[in-house]
Amino acid sequence: MDMSFGPVEALKDVSLAVRAGRVHTLLGENGAGKSTLMKILAGVYAPTRGRIFLHSAETAFSGPEDARRKGIAIVYQELSLANNLTVAENIYANHQPHRFGVVNRQQLMSDTRQLLKDLDIPIEGEALVSSLSMAQRQLVEIAKALSHPSQIVIMDEPTSSLSHSEVHVLFGVVERLKAQGKAVIYISHRMDEIMRISDEISVMRDGRLLRTLQKQDTTIDELIALMVGREMRDIYPRRRASPSREGTPLLEVRHLSSPGQFQGVDFSVHRGEVLGIFGLIGAGRSEVMKALFGLRRATGEIVIDGRPVQLRSPADAIAHEMAYVTENRKEEGLVLQHSVTRNINMVYFHHGGARFGLVDAAAETRMTQDALQRMHIKIVSPQQAVGDLSGGNQQKIVFSKWMGLKPRIFILDEPTRGIDEIYSAVRELAAAGTAVILVSSDLPEVLSMSDRLLVMREQRIVKELDTIGLSQEEVMSYATGALSA
Amino acid sequence: MIPSKPRLSSTATVSPAVSGATRRRSAGWVKQYGGILTGLLVLVALFWRLSPNFMVVGNLLNIVLQVSITAILAFGMTYVLLLGEIDLSVGATVALVGTAAALGLQHGIWLWIVIPLALLSGLALGAINGMLSSLLGIPSFIVTLATMGIFRGLAYIVSGGIPITVDNEHFVALGNGSLLSAPVPIWILLALLLANQFVLSKTVFGRKVYLAGGNREAALYSGVNVPGLKIIIFMLSGLMAGISGVLMTARLYSAQPNAGMGYELDAIAAAALGGTSLSGGYGTVTGTLVGALIIGVINNGMNLLSVPYFYQLIVKGLVILTAVCIDVQSKKYRS
Repeated sequence: MDMSFGPVEALKDVSLAVRAGRVHTLLGENGAGKSTLMKILAGVYAPTRGRIFLHSAETAFSGPEDARRKGIAIVYQELSLANNLTVAENIYANHQPHRFGVVNRQQLMSDTRQLLKDLDIPIEGEALVSSLSMAQRQLVEIAKALSHPSQIVIMDEPTSSLSHSEVHVLFGVVERLKAQGKAVIYISHRMDEIMRISDEISVMRDGRLLRTLQKQDTTIDELIALMVGREMRDIYPRRRASPSREGTPLLEVRHLSSPGQFQGVDFSVHRGEVLGIFGLIGAGRSEVMKALFGLRRATGEIVIDGRPVQLRSPADAIAHEMAYVTENRKEEGLVLQHSVTRNINMVYFHHGGARFGLVDAAAETRMTQDALQRMHIKIVSPQQAVGDLSGGNQQKIVFSKWMGLKPRIFILDEPTRGIDEIYSAVRELAAAGTAVILVSSDLPEVLSMSDRLLVMREQRIVKELDTIGLSQEEVMSYATGALSA
Repeated sequence: MIPSKPRLSSTATVSPAVSGATRRRSAGWVKQYGGILTGLLVLVALFWRLSPNFMVVGNLLNIVLQVSITAILAFGMTYVLLLGEIDLSVGATVALVGTAAALGLQHGIWLWIVIPLALLSGLALGAINGMLSSLLGIPSFIVTLATMGIFRGLAYIVSGGIPITVDNEHFVALGNGSLLSAPVPIWILLALLLANQFVLSKTVFGRKVYLAGGNREAALYSGVNVPGLKIIIFMLSGLMAGISGVLMTARLYSAQPNAGMGYELDAIAAAALGGTSLSGGYGTVTGTLVGALIIGVINNGMNLLSVPYFYQLIVKGLVILTAVCIDVQSKKYRS
């Protein structure tokens, strides 16, 4: 099957066979065509060429609703929940049990309870989605997709916002679906997960499906080699020797507290250092970062270059040459209907990039070109709306918008999700003397990227570790409380 | 991963193959104003054919003159809409500032003090709207719905409910004089168009307006003081309303406490016709002017054709619906 979007050819001659009771994983770099393929199967796009067979009978989907009726459930990478409604109302959004148009609340609640129990998802049906963490929302999303009778379940990077223990819950769900004889198509690029739950693995690259392998016949090295099309390499840029931690730290945080969010947080970061902060969802990592960036009130002291500072708003933080890449790029990082150029230059002109309050068009173009080249952002035109781009490219733009300010302190909250260009840029920034705070729930990422690691658990920093020779298991033990400091 | 299919109709015209900066800019220009300008030209052609008195220099200038007050109000409204807010009090502001200015003149206050004071009071009324909404967190629709009544009531009270005549000849020249054979309000309209277009497209302030209107959270995280920005936006809307109030009083040789009744809706209609998104983040004052001109052409053309007023209302409503419908369809995939 082929798929093309005008000048961009997204899929070329892809053939995929999925069997009942099996987990078929799709593996590939960002932009390899995995999500496009899934959207075709979910009826969102029609293929330009090619055919789809369901139980050996040729079929076609007139739209997402049609695909759903034919038994295809999809869990999207991006959340599609209504925040002001309850979990139950979201799960049964468009098929709430009713009598003469009046919702049968009791049945809605009991159906929801049953569904969540079947899937072993520990969330209350009455809870408001807005009160849930990103990870819990992802689980609700899964329950929503599975509330329809389905034969094929597609999961598009479902674990990207899940912590370790929540991944367990998810894998339990996947096993259960398999046991029920459903086919699961699983998209991910986390090797350990893939090796754990897959039966078949298909590798995609540049819109082609290269090979389908049985799990037992392959190795991680082989998969990575196929995925990147180059020799096996380290996905993370090589680390230098740890930077010197002599002298005054660039940033010092003393007894930072915010009731109900985090307590007595102390740490410091030196120039050129990458400080990792690891913790499970709900440990309070993002809340600390928001307080540092002036977005949340907190008591305690923040010291930059030996001088105590007051950070009452992001503008204050930016004035102290801080930058903050947030966890939720669509909600907090981008204006989706605005152009690539506008988004890349979002902060530059507000903070020193302008003269006499005027926008310098030449500088704007230069900034854009720099960012596009440096981060390998794939676009049709700089005037293109950012909402049209892939998640990876959007993430690169959120990152790029801060680069023009040449920040001294760079906070990255779950920034990378496997994007090489961001890893290299972080390394370069650190080499040039920027202090980087990297918040991540991806253990391999945070271990390979950081010079030093703080582990947060239950609103506190519980351990500081040197990352050289540190094992994932050790970090996880502190994060889960199995080991205490 | 990839732009969805329908969007390509808009992006295909600016593929890298035609990457000349000027061509790209003109393509963007056509995309932005093409539809609305075509609509205006079709209406002009229609009335030209239907009425011999339409395509006459005098009449065309008259259309622009009649449109100028709504258009200036609509410039202010464009800022407000760009931020995803709404200002229902502008019509009442026109009346209040107009009566205040007329009273000042009647009491013999010097013209060059009255006019700045009038504009300042426009700014102040806008600031009240902005602060109530921004600092107390009341939706601007509610705030300005309330102040619409308050400002109108004040206009009736200060004027005693009757028109206040103005005989200062310099003042009335603002509304009725000519400069280089075009009425003065047209020049003022043009100057304000250029100024506002410049502010929105070339200044950092303008960028902040689009950014905060496009995504409030992203603007906050980028260090934009969104509540402060909102106050300034409402002050600009108040200022534009103040200018309109002065012009209107000058043009009518008197201030009427019931002046500008319903103008807020004309201003919103002009901005919406001109392609400004009511949810914020998208639109230009140039588009707004074209929108106002469309409304003016329809009014004028139908008057020349002696279409009864009741029918005019219906036609105007239908044209607005059609135009915005076309605009929404063509931009459907932008957001």
